[in-house]
Amino acid sequence: MAVLEVNNLKKSFDRTEVLKDISFSLEKGEVLSIIGSSGSGKTTLLRCLNFLERAEKGTIAVNGKEIFNGENLKKTPESVIRENRLHFGLVFQSFNLFPQYTVLQNITLAPTLLKRGTPEEIEEKAKSLIARVGLTEKTDFYPCQLSGGQQQRVAIARALALTPDVLCFDEPTSALDPELTGEVLKVIRDLKNGDCTMIVVTHEMEFAKSVSDKIMFMADGVIEEMGTPEEVFGNPKSEKTRAFLNSSLEQF
Amino acid sequence: MDQFLRVTGNLLEGFGMTLQIFAITLAFALPLGLIISFGSMSKFPPLRWLVKTFVWIIRGTPLMLQLIVIYYGPGLAAKWAQSLGSSFFLIDWIASWTLMERFTAVAVSFVINYACYFSEIYRGGIESISKGQYEAGQVLGMTKTQIFFKVVLLQVVKRIIPPMSNEIITLVKDTSLARTIAVYEVIWQAQAFIKRDGLLWPLFYTAVFYLVFSGILTLLFNYIEKKMSYFRS
Ligand SMILES: Nc1ncnc2c1ncn2[C@@H]1O[C@H](COP(=O)(O)OP(=O)(O)OP(=O)(O)O)[C@@H](O)[C@H]1O
Ligand SMILES: [Mg+2]
Repeated sequence: MAVLEVNNLKKSFDRTEVLKDISFSLEKGEVLSIIGSSGSGKTTLLRCLNFLERAEKGTIAVNGKEIFNGENLKKTPESVIRENRLHFGLVFQSFNLFPQYTVLQNITLAPTLLKRGTPEEIEEKAKSLIARVGLTEKTDFYPCQLSGGQQQRVAIARALALTPDVLCFDEPTSALDPELTGEVLKVIRDLKNGDCTMIVVTHEMEFAKSVSDKIMFMADGVIEEMGTPEEVFGNPKSEKTRAFLNSSLEQF
Repeated sequence: MDQFLRVTGNLLEGFGMTLQIFAITLAFALPLGLIISFGSMSKFPPLRWLVKTFVWIIRGTPLMLQLIVIYYGPGLAAKWAQSLGSSFFLIDWIASWTLMERFTAVAVSFVINYACYFSEIYRGGIESISKGQYEAGQVLGMTKTQIFFKVVLLQVVKRIIPPMSNEIITLVKDTSLARTIAVYEVIWQAQAFIKRDGLLWPLFYTAVFYLVFSGILTLLFNYIEKKMSYFRS
Protein backbone atom coordinates (compact mmCIF):
# COMPACT_ATOMS: atom_id res chain seq x y z
CA MET A 1 0.00 0.00 0.00
CA ALA A 2 1.20 3.49 -0.79
CA VAL A 3 2.44 5.59 2.12
CA LEU A 4 1.36 8.74 0.39
CA GLU A 5 -1.33 9.27 -2.15
CA VAL A 6 -2.04 12.71 -3.57
CA ASN A 7 -4.99 13.19 -5.88
CA ASN A 8 -5.99 16.16 -8.02
CA LEU A 9 -4.37 18.75 -5.78
CA LYS A 10 -5.08 22.33 -6.84
CA LYS A 11 -3.79 25.53 -5.35
CA SER A 12 -3.97 29.12 -6.54
CA PHE A 13 -2.76 32.40 -5.16
CA ASP A 14 -5.22 35.15 -5.99
CA ARG A 15 -6.05 34.14 -9.52
CA THR A 16 -2.87 32.41 -10.64
CA GLU A 17 -3.08 28.65 -10.52
CA VAL A 18 0.20 27.46 -9.05
CA LEU A 19 -0.68 23.78 -8.72
CA LYS A 20 -3.00 22.41 -11.38
CA ASP A 21 -4.24 18.95 -10.70
CA ILE A 22 -1.28 17.22 -9.05
CA SER A 23 -1.60 13.46 -8.50
CA PHE A 24 1.09 10.99 -7.50
CA SER A 25 1.81 8.28 -4.97
CA LEU A 26 4.80 7.08 -3.05
CA GLU A 27 5.62 3.67 -1.59
CA LYS A 28 7.19 3.18 1.82
CA GLY A 29 10.94 3.81 1.81
CA GLU A 30 10.90 5.46 -1.60
CA VAL A 31 12.75 8.65 -2.35
CA LEU A 32 11.10 11.09 -4.73
CA SER A 33 13.07 13.98 -6.14
CA ILE A 34 11.20 16.94 -7.55
CA ILE A 35 12.97 19.00 -10.18
CA GLY A 36 11.76 21.86 -12.31
CA SER A 37 12.47 25.46 -13.12
CA SER A 38 11.89 28.36 -10.78
CA GLY A 39 8.24 29.16 -10.15
CA SER A 40 6.96 25.78 -11.29
CA GLY A 41 5.29 25.13 -7.91
CA LYS A 42 7.71 22.77 -6.18
CA THR A 43 7.82 24.65 -2.91
CA THR A 44 4.08 25.19 -2.99
CA LEU A 45 3.51 21.45 -3.33
CA LEU A 46 5.65 20.70 -0.26
CA ARG A 47 3.92 23.47 1.67
CA CYS A 48 0.52 22.03 0.80
CA LEU A 49 1.62 18.61 2.06
CA ASN A 50 2.73 20.21 5.32
CA PHE A 51 -0.43 22.35 5.54
CA LEU A 52 1.52 25.59 5.49
CA GLU A 53 -0.71 26.33 2.52
CA ARG A 54 -4.20 24.95 2.07
CA ALA A 55 -4.94 23.48 -1.33
CA GLU A 56 -8.44 24.30 -2.45
CA LYS A 57 -9.12 21.01 -4.18
CA GLY A 58 -7.91 17.45 -4.06
CA THR A 59 -7.08 14.87 -1.44
CA ILE A 60 -4.05 13.70 0.48
CA ALA A 61 -4.01 10.23 2.02
CA VAL A 62 -1.33 8.73 4.24
CA ASN A 63 -1.21 4.98 4.77
CA GLY A 64 -4.64 4.71 3.18
CA LYS A 65 -6.25 7.25 5.47
CA GLU A 66 -7.49 10.49 3.99
CA ILE A 67 -6.00 13.34 5.99
CA PHE A 68 -6.91 16.18 3.69
CA ASN A 69 -9.81 16.89 1.43
CA GLY A 70 -10.28 20.24 -0.26
CA GLU A 71 -14.05 19.74 0.00
CA ASN A 72 -14.28 20.11 3.77
CA LEU A 73 -11.46 22.59 4.12
CA LYS A 74 -13.40 25.10 6.19
CA LYS A 75 -14.75 22.55 8.62
CA THR A 76 -11.42 21.11 9.69
CA PRO A 77 -10.46 22.42 13.11
CA GLU A 78 -6.92 23.68 13.74
CA SER A 79 -6.17 20.82 16.18
CA VAL A 80 -6.96 18.18 13.54
CA ILE A 81 -4.71 19.92 11.04
CA ARG A 82 -1.96 20.00 13.65
CA GLU A 83 -2.41 16.30 14.24
CA ASN A 84 -2.40 15.51 10.53
CA ARG A 85 0.62 17.56 9.62
CA LEU A 86 2.69 15.34 11.91
CA HIS A 87 2.56 12.71 9.18
CA PHE A 88 4.96 15.01 7.35
CA GLY A 89 8.23 16.62 8.25
CA LEU A 90 9.73 19.59 6.45
CA VAL A 91 13.34 20.68 6.18
CA PHE A 92 13.59 24.28 4.99
CA GLN A 93 16.05 25.82 2.62
CA SER A 94 17.02 28.31 5.33
CA PHE A 95 17.17 25.76 8.21
CA ASN A 96 14.99 27.84 10.56
CA LEU A 97 16.59 26.48 13.70
CA PHE A 98 15.49 28.12 16.94
CA PRO A 99 18.46 30.39 17.72
CA GLN A 100 18.00 30.54 21.48
CA TYR A 101 18.18 26.78 21.93
CA THR A 102 21.15 24.42 21.76
CA VAL A 103 21.32 21.64 19.20
CA LEU A 104 19.88 19.21 21.74
CA GLN A 105 17.11 21.59 22.81
CA ASN A 106 16.15 22.31 19.21
CA ILE A 107 15.51 18.62 18.77
CA THR A 108 13.80 17.91 22.09
CA LEU A 109 11.51 20.97 22.10
CA ALA A 110 8.67 19.66 19.94
CA PRO A 111 8.65 16.07 21.29
CA THR A 112 8.57 17.51 24.80
CA LEU A 113 5.68 19.84 24.03
CA LEU A 114 3.82 17.01 22.29
CA LYS A 115 4.54 14.69 25.22
CA ARG A 116 6.17 12.05 23.05
CA GLY A 117 7.64 10.15 25.99
CA THR A 118 9.47 10.87 29.22
CA PRO A 119 12.16 13.56 29.25
CA GLU A 120 14.80 10.83 29.44
CA GLU A 121 13.41 8.95 26.45
CA ILE A 122 13.14 12.13 24.43
CA GLU A 123 16.69 13.15 25.24
CA GLU A 124 18.06 9.71 24.49
CA LYS A 125 16.34 9.65 21.14
CA ALA A 126 17.55 13.16 20.33
CA LYS A 127 21.11 12.17 21.14
CA SER A 128 20.95 9.16 18.87
CA LEU A 129 19.63 11.39 16.08
CA ILE A 130 22.45 13.86 16.69
CA ALA A 131 24.89 10.97 16.36
CA ARG A 132 23.15 9.87 13.19
CA VAL A 133 23.77 13.25 11.56
CA GLY A 134 27.33 13.21 12.91
CA LEU A 135 27.16 16.12 15.34
CA THR A 136 27.67 14.50 18.73
CA GLU A 137 30.45 16.89 19.70
CA LYS A 138 28.15 19.86 18.91
CA THR A 139 25.27 18.70 21.14
CA ASP A 140 25.39 21.77 23.40
CA PHE A 141 26.30 24.34 20.77
CA TYR A 142 23.96 27.11 19.68
CA PRO A 143 22.98 27.45 16.00
CA CYS A 144 25.07 30.62 15.61
CA GLN A 145 28.13 28.55 16.48
CA LEU A 146 27.54 26.09 13.63
CA SER A 147 28.26 26.18 9.92
CA GLY A 148 25.35 26.18 7.50
CA GLY A 149 25.85 22.51 6.71
CA GLN A 150 25.85 21.62 10.38
CA GLN A 151 22.73 23.69 10.99
CA GLN A 152 20.95 21.92 8.18
CA ARG A 153 21.91 18.54 9.65
CA VAL A 154 20.44 19.63 12.99
CA ALA A 155 17.27 20.67 11.16
CA ILE A 156 17.07 17.18 9.66
CA ALA A 157 17.50 15.57 13.07
CA ARG A 158 14.86 17.90 14.48
CA ALA A 159 12.37 16.82 11.81
CA LEU A 160 13.19 13.15 12.36
CA ALA A 161 12.55 13.41 16.09
CA LEU A 162 8.81 13.34 15.43
CA THR A 163 9.14 10.24 13.19
CA PRO A 164 7.15 11.61 10.26
CA ASP A 165 5.85 9.16 7.66
CA VAL A 166 7.19 11.33 4.87
CA LEU A 167 10.09 13.72 5.26
CA CYS A 168 10.14 16.63 2.82
CA PHE A 169 13.17 18.73 1.91
CA ASP A 170 12.89 22.05 0.10
CA GLU A 171 16.21 22.65 -1.63
CA PRO A 172 18.14 21.62 1.50
CA THR A 173 21.49 22.65 0.07
CA SER A 174 20.62 25.81 -1.86
CA ALA A 175 21.58 28.15 0.96
CA LEU A 176 24.93 26.44 1.50
CA ASP A 177 28.40 27.10 0.18
CA PRO A 178 29.25 24.47 -2.43
CA GLU A 179 31.81 22.78 -0.19
CA LEU A 180 29.14 22.19 2.49
CA THR A 181 26.47 20.59 0.32
CA GLY A 182 28.19 17.20 0.39
CA GLU A 183 27.77 16.61 4.13
CA VAL A 184 24.04 17.34 3.97
CA LEU A 185 23.48 15.20 0.89
CA LYS A 186 25.36 12.38 2.60
CA VAL A 187 22.98 12.53 5.57
CA ILE A 188 19.99 12.35 3.25
CA ARG A 189 21.60 9.45 1.40
CA ASP A 190 22.10 7.63 4.72
CA LEU A 191 18.45 8.18 5.61
CA LYS A 192 17.43 6.39 2.47
CA ASN A 193 19.30 3.33 3.62
CA GLY A 194 17.40 3.68 6.90
CA ASP A 195 14.12 3.20 5.05
CA CYS A 196 12.90 6.76 5.37
CA THR A 197 10.28 7.89 2.85
CA MET A 198 11.38 11.21 1.44
CA ILE A 199 10.46 13.94 -1.01
CA VAL A 200 13.37 16.14 -2.01
CA VAL A 201 13.06 19.30 -4.05
CA THR A 202 16.52 19.82 -5.47
CA HIS A 203 18.65 21.39 -8.13
CA GLU A 204 21.41 18.83 -7.54
CA MET A 205 20.83 16.63 -10.59
CA GLU A 206 23.63 14.19 -9.84
CA PHE A 207 22.27 13.67 -6.35
CA ALA A 208 18.72 13.26 -7.62
CA LYS A 209 19.87 10.74 -10.16
CA SER A 210 21.79 8.62 -7.69
CA VAL A 211 19.55 8.68 -4.64
CA SER A 212 16.02 8.72 -6.02
CA ASP A 213 13.60 5.94 -6.80
CA LYS A 214 11.41 8.37 -8.67
CA ILE A 215 11.92 11.70 -10.34
CA MET A 216 9.14 14.21 -10.80
CA PHE A 217 9.65 17.03 -13.26
CA MET A 218 7.30 19.94 -12.67
CA ALA A 219 6.54 22.71 -15.12
CA ASP A 220 3.94 25.46 -14.67
CA GLY A 221 2.09 23.71 -11.89
CA VAL A 222 1.70 20.31 -13.53
CA ILE A 223 3.68 17.11 -13.35
CA GLU A 224 5.19 17.20 -16.79
CA GLU A 225 6.92 13.88 -16.39
CA MET A 226 7.43 11.32 -13.66
CA GLY A 227 9.40 8.09 -13.65
CA THR A 228 12.57 6.35 -12.58
CA PRO A 229 15.83 8.32 -12.82
CA GLU A 230 16.75 6.23 -15.88
CA GLU A 231 13.52 7.14 -17.61
CA VAL A 232 13.51 10.83 -16.83
CA PHE A 233 17.23 11.54 -17.15
CA GLY A 234 18.11 8.89 -19.71
CA ASN A 235 15.15 9.03 -21.98
CA PRO A 236 12.91 12.03 -21.30
CA LYS A 237 9.61 11.86 -23.14
CA SER A 238 8.62 15.47 -22.84
CA GLU A 239 10.17 18.27 -24.82
CA LYS A 240 10.04 20.53 -21.73
CA THR A 241 11.94 17.98 -19.66
CA ARG A 242 14.61 17.71 -22.29
CA ALA A 243 14.99 21.49 -22.50
CA PHE A 244 15.19 21.77 -18.73
CA LEU A 245 17.78 19.01 -18.39
CA ASN A 246 19.89 20.50 -21.13
CA SER A 247 19.87 23.94 -19.57
CA SER A 248 20.74 22.58 -16.14
CA LEU A 249 23.57 20.55 -17.66
CA GLU A 250 25.00 23.68 -19.20
CA GLN A 251 25.35 25.27 -15.80
CA PHE A 252 28.05 22.81 -14.84
CA MET B 1 25.68 71.33 56.21
CA ASP B 2 22.43 71.27 58.11
CA GLN B 3 20.71 72.81 55.17
CA PHE B 4 22.25 70.30 52.78
CA LEU B 5 20.94 67.39 54.84
CA ARG B 6 17.50 68.94 55.05
CA VAL B 7 17.38 69.48 51.33
CA THR B 8 18.65 65.97 50.64
CA GLY B 9 16.02 64.53 52.94
CA ASN B 10 13.22 66.42 51.23
CA LEU B 11 14.47 65.57 47.79
CA LEU B 12 14.79 61.91 48.73
CA GLU B 13 11.19 61.99 49.82
CA GLY B 14 10.24 63.47 46.48
CA PHE B 15 12.34 60.95 44.68
CA GLY B 16 10.48 58.21 46.53
CA MET B 17 7.35 59.47 44.79
CA THR B 18 9.25 59.56 41.49
CA LEU B 19 10.21 55.93 41.99
CA GLN B 20 6.64 54.97 42.82
CA ILE B 21 5.35 56.51 39.61
CA PHE B 22 8.14 54.76 37.73
CA ALA B 23 7.49 51.34 39.28
CA ILE B 24 3.72 51.42 38.93
CA THR B 25 3.94 52.59 35.34
CA LEU B 26 6.28 49.75 34.44
CA ALA B 27 4.34 47.11 36.36
CA PHE B 28 1.13 47.84 34.47
CA ALA B 29 2.32 49.27 31.16
CA LEU B 30 4.61 46.35 30.30
CA PRO B 31 1.82 43.73 30.20
CA LEU B 32 -0.86 46.16 28.98
CA GLY B 33 1.42 47.13 26.10
CA LEU B 34 1.58 43.49 25.02
CA ILE B 35 -2.21 43.26 24.95
CA ILE B 36 -2.41 46.51 22.95
CA SER B 37 0.20 45.23 20.50
CA PHE B 38 -1.88 42.09 19.92
CA GLY B 39 -4.85 44.36 19.26
CA SER B 40 -2.88 46.39 16.74
CA MET B 41 -1.89 43.17 14.94
CA SER B 42 -5.37 41.63 15.10
CA LYS B 43 -6.73 39.91 12.02
CA PHE B 44 -10.09 41.55 12.78
CA PRO B 45 -9.89 44.91 10.97
CA PRO B 46 -12.31 46.96 13.14
CA LEU B 47 -10.39 46.04 16.30
CA ARG B 48 -7.06 46.72 14.63
CA TRP B 49 -8.29 50.06 13.37
CA LEU B 50 -9.67 51.04 16.77
CA VAL B 51 -6.49 50.11 18.61
CA LYS B 52 -4.26 51.83 16.08
CA THR B 53 -6.30 55.02 16.30
CA PHE B 54 -6.08 54.94 20.07
CA VAL B 55 -2.31 54.45 19.95
CA TRP B 56 -2.02 57.27 17.43
CA ILE B 57 -3.94 59.65 19.71
CA ILE B 58 -1.90 58.76 22.76
CA ARG B 59 1.44 58.92 20.98
CA GLY B 60 0.46 62.03 19.07
CA THR B 61 -0.43 64.22 22.06
CA PRO B 62 1.72 65.39 24.97
CA LEU B 63 1.67 63.30 28.10
CA MET B 64 1.15 66.49 30.08
CA LEU B 65 -2.11 67.11 28.25
CA GLN B 66 -3.25 63.53 28.86
CA LEU B 67 -2.49 63.97 32.52
CA ILE B 68 -4.68 67.05 32.72
CA VAL B 69 -7.50 65.45 30.74
CA ILE B 70 -7.51 62.36 32.93
CA TYR B 71 -7.35 64.40 36.12
CA TYR B 72 -10.04 66.95 35.31
CA GLY B 73 -11.83 65.33 32.40
CA PRO B 74 -14.17 62.76 33.98
CA GLY B 75 -15.42 65.12 36.64
CA LEU B 76 -16.03 67.95 34.20
CA ALA B 77 -17.81 65.64 31.80
CA ALA B 78 -20.02 64.29 34.55
CA LYS B 79 -20.87 67.78 35.82
CA TRP B 80 -21.73 68.80 32.31
CA ALA B 81 -23.95 65.76 31.93
CA GLN B 82 -25.69 66.62 35.20
CA SER B 83 -26.22 70.17 34.05
CA LEU B 84 -28.03 68.79 31.04
CA GLY B 85 -30.38 67.18 33.51
CA SER B 86 -29.24 63.61 33.22
CA SER B 87 -29.07 61.80 36.50
CA PHE B 88 -27.64 58.37 36.43
CA PHE B 89 -25.88 56.84 39.40
CA LEU B 90 -22.65 56.40 37.47
CA ILE B 91 -22.60 60.04 36.42
CA ASP B 92 -23.38 61.23 39.93
CA TRP B 93 -20.66 59.03 41.24
CA ILE B 94 -18.07 60.35 38.79
CA ALA B 95 -19.14 63.92 39.47
CA SER B 96 -18.45 63.28 43.13
CA TRP B 97 -14.79 62.56 42.46
CA THR B 98 -13.97 65.72 40.58
CA LEU B 99 -10.74 65.63 42.45
CA MET B 100 -9.66 62.13 41.71
CA GLU B 101 -6.71 61.05 43.77
CA ARG B 102 -3.88 62.96 42.14
CA PHE B 103 -1.63 59.97 42.28
CA THR B 104 -4.25 57.76 40.64
CA ALA B 105 -4.57 60.21 37.79
CA VAL B 106 -0.83 60.20 37.31
CA ALA B 107 -0.67 56.41 37.42
CA VAL B 108 -3.54 55.99 34.96
CA SER B 109 -2.20 58.45 32.42
CA PHE B 110 1.38 57.21 32.65
CA VAL B 111 0.30 53.59 32.32
CA ILE B 112 -1.85 54.30 29.26
CA ASN B 113 0.79 56.49 27.65
CA TYR B 114 3.66 54.10 28.16
CA ALA B 115 1.62 51.03 27.30
CA CYS B 116 1.03 52.58 23.89
CA TYR B 117 4.70 53.31 23.36
CA PHE B 118 5.65 49.82 24.55
CA SER B 119 3.01 48.26 22.30
CA GLU B 120 4.68 49.78 19.25
CA ILE B 121 8.05 48.45 20.33
CA TYR B 122 6.56 45.00 20.95
CA ARG B 123 4.83 45.08 17.57
CA GLY B 124 8.07 45.99 15.83
CA GLY B 125 9.86 43.19 17.65
CA ILE B 126 7.20 40.59 16.95
CA GLU B 127 6.91 41.52 13.29
CA SER B 128 10.68 41.36 12.87
CA ILE B 129 10.76 37.64 13.66
CA SER B 130 11.00 35.75 10.40
CA LYS B 131 8.06 33.78 9.08
CA GLY B 132 10.36 30.76 9.02
CA GLN B 133 10.44 30.60 12.81
CA TYR B 134 6.65 30.32 12.97
CA GLU B 135 6.57 27.80 10.14
CA ALA B 136 9.28 25.68 11.73
CA GLY B 137 7.16 25.56 14.88
CA GLN B 138 4.03 24.78 12.90
CA VAL B 139 5.49 21.85 10.98
CA LEU B 140 6.71 20.47 14.31
CA GLY B 141 3.09 20.34 15.44
CA MET B 142 3.25 23.17 17.96
CA THR B 143 0.19 25.27 18.78
CA LYS B 144 0.18 29.02 18.14
CA THR B 145 0.54 29.66 21.87
CA GLN B 146 3.48 27.28 22.16
CA ILE B 147 5.17 28.91 19.19
CA PHE B 148 4.72 32.34 20.70
CA PHE B 149 5.96 31.48 24.17
CA LYS B 150 8.58 28.83 23.39
CA VAL B 151 10.03 30.07 20.12
CA VAL B 152 9.24 33.71 19.42
CA LEU B 153 9.10 35.47 22.78
CA LEU B 154 12.74 35.25 23.85
CA GLN B 155 13.90 36.36 20.41
CA VAL B 156 11.53 39.32 20.62
CA VAL B 157 12.80 40.18 24.09
CA LYS B 158 16.35 40.16 22.85
CA ARG B 159 15.51 42.45 19.96
CA ILE B 160 13.49 44.98 21.92
CA ILE B 161 15.88 45.48 24.81
CA PRO B 162 17.68 48.44 23.20
CA PRO B 163 14.50 50.40 22.30
CA MET B 164 12.86 49.44 25.59
CA SER B 165 15.82 50.67 27.62
CA ASN B 166 15.59 54.00 25.80
CA GLU B 167 11.92 54.27 26.56
CA ILE B 168 12.32 53.28 30.19
CA ILE B 169 15.04 55.87 30.74
CA THR B 170 12.74 58.44 29.17
CA LEU B 171 10.12 57.35 31.69
CA VAL B 172 12.49 58.19 34.55
CA LYS B 173 12.58 61.77 33.36
CA ASP B 174 8.92 61.96 32.35
CA THR B 175 7.90 61.32 35.95
CA SER B 176 8.64 65.00 36.54
CA LEU B 177 5.46 65.82 34.62
CA ALA B 178 3.48 64.60 37.62
CA ARG B 179 4.04 67.96 39.26
CA THR B 180 1.65 69.47 36.67
CA ILE B 181 -1.17 68.26 38.90
CA ALA B 182 0.77 68.80 42.12
CA VAL B 183 2.02 65.34 42.83
CA TYR B 184 5.02 65.99 45.03
CA GLU B 185 7.82 64.30 43.17
CA VAL B 186 11.42 65.37 43.34
CA ILE B 187 11.30 68.46 41.08
CA TRP B 188 8.26 69.76 42.90
CA GLN B 189 10.11 69.36 46.20
CA ALA B 190 13.09 71.26 44.80
CA GLN B 191 10.92 74.09 43.50
CA ALA B 192 9.37 74.40 46.93
CA PHE B 193 12.81 75.48 48.16
CA ILE B 194 12.83 78.33 45.68
CA LYS B 195 9.52 79.66 46.90
CA ARG B 196 10.12 79.00 50.58
CA ASP B 197 13.82 79.75 51.09
CA GLY B 198 14.94 81.39 47.88
CA LEU B 199 17.31 78.47 47.21
CA LEU B 200 17.92 77.60 43.59
CA TRP B 201 20.59 74.92 43.96
CA PRO B 202 18.24 72.12 45.20
CA LEU B 203 16.69 72.17 41.74
CA PHE B 204 20.07 71.56 40.13
CA TYR B 205 20.80 68.98 42.78
CA THR B 206 17.85 66.84 41.59
CA ALA B 207 19.90 66.03 38.48
CA VAL B 208 22.11 63.86 40.68
CA PHE B 209 19.14 61.71 41.66
CA TYR B 210 18.08 61.25 38.06
CA LEU B 211 21.60 60.51 36.92
CA VAL B 212 22.25 57.92 39.60
CA PHE B 213 18.99 56.15 38.88
CA SER B 214 19.32 56.15 35.10
CA GLY B 215 22.94 55.08 35.54
CA ILE B 216 21.81 52.05 37.51
CA LEU B 217 19.21 51.26 34.84
CA THR B 218 21.80 51.55 32.09
CA LEU B 219 24.05 49.09 33.90
CA LEU B 220 21.09 46.75 34.38
CA PHE B 221 20.21 46.84 30.68
CA ASN B 222 23.83 46.29 29.68
CA TYR B 223 23.85 43.27 31.96
CA ILE B 224 20.66 41.84 30.43
CA GLU B 225 21.98 42.47 26.94
CA LYS B 226 25.17 40.61 27.78
CA LYS B 227 23.15 37.78 29.34
CA MET B 228 21.32 37.32 26.08
CA SER B 229 24.33 37.53 23.82
CA TYR B 230 24.70 33.75 23.80
CA PHE B 231 22.44 33.55 20.79
CA ARG B 232 21.98 35.53 17.62
CA SER B 233 18.72 35.89 15.82
N1 LIG C 1 2.31 33.24 -0.92
C1 LIG C 1 2.24 33.44 -2.25
N2 LIG C 1 1.44 34.39 -2.76
C2 LIG C 1 1.35 34.59 -4.10
N3 LIG C 1 2.02 33.88 -5.01
C3 LIG C 1 2.85 32.92 -4.57
C4 LIG C 1 3.00 32.64 -3.18
N4 LIG C 1 3.88 31.62 -3.03
C5 LIG C 1 4.25 31.28 -4.28
N5 LIG C 1 3.63 32.04 -5.20
C6 LIG C 1 3.78 31.92 -6.66
O1 LIG C 1 3.59 30.58 -7.00
C7 LIG C 1 4.46 30.18 -8.02
C8 LIG C 1 5.19 28.93 -7.63
O2 LIG C 1 6.04 29.22 -6.55
P1 LIG C 1 6.95 28.13 -5.86
O3 LIG C 1 7.65 28.82 -4.75
O4 LIG C 1 6.13 26.96 -5.50
O5 LIG C 1 7.96 27.76 -7.00
P2 LIG C 1 9.24 26.83 -6.94
O6 LIG C 1 9.04 25.77 -7.96
O7 LIG C 1 9.50 26.39 -5.55
O8 LIG C 1 10.38 27.80 -7.44
P3 LIG C 1 11.91 27.90 -6.96
O9 LIG C 1 12.68 26.88 -7.72
O10 LIG C 1 12.29 29.30 -7.36
O11 LIG C 1 11.95 27.71 -5.48
C9 LIG C 1 5.37 31.35 -8.30
O12 LIG C 1 4.92 31.99 -9.46
C10 LIG C 1 5.19 32.24 -7.12
O13 LIG C 1 5.31 33.58 -7.47
MG1 LIG D 1 11.04 26.75 -4.11
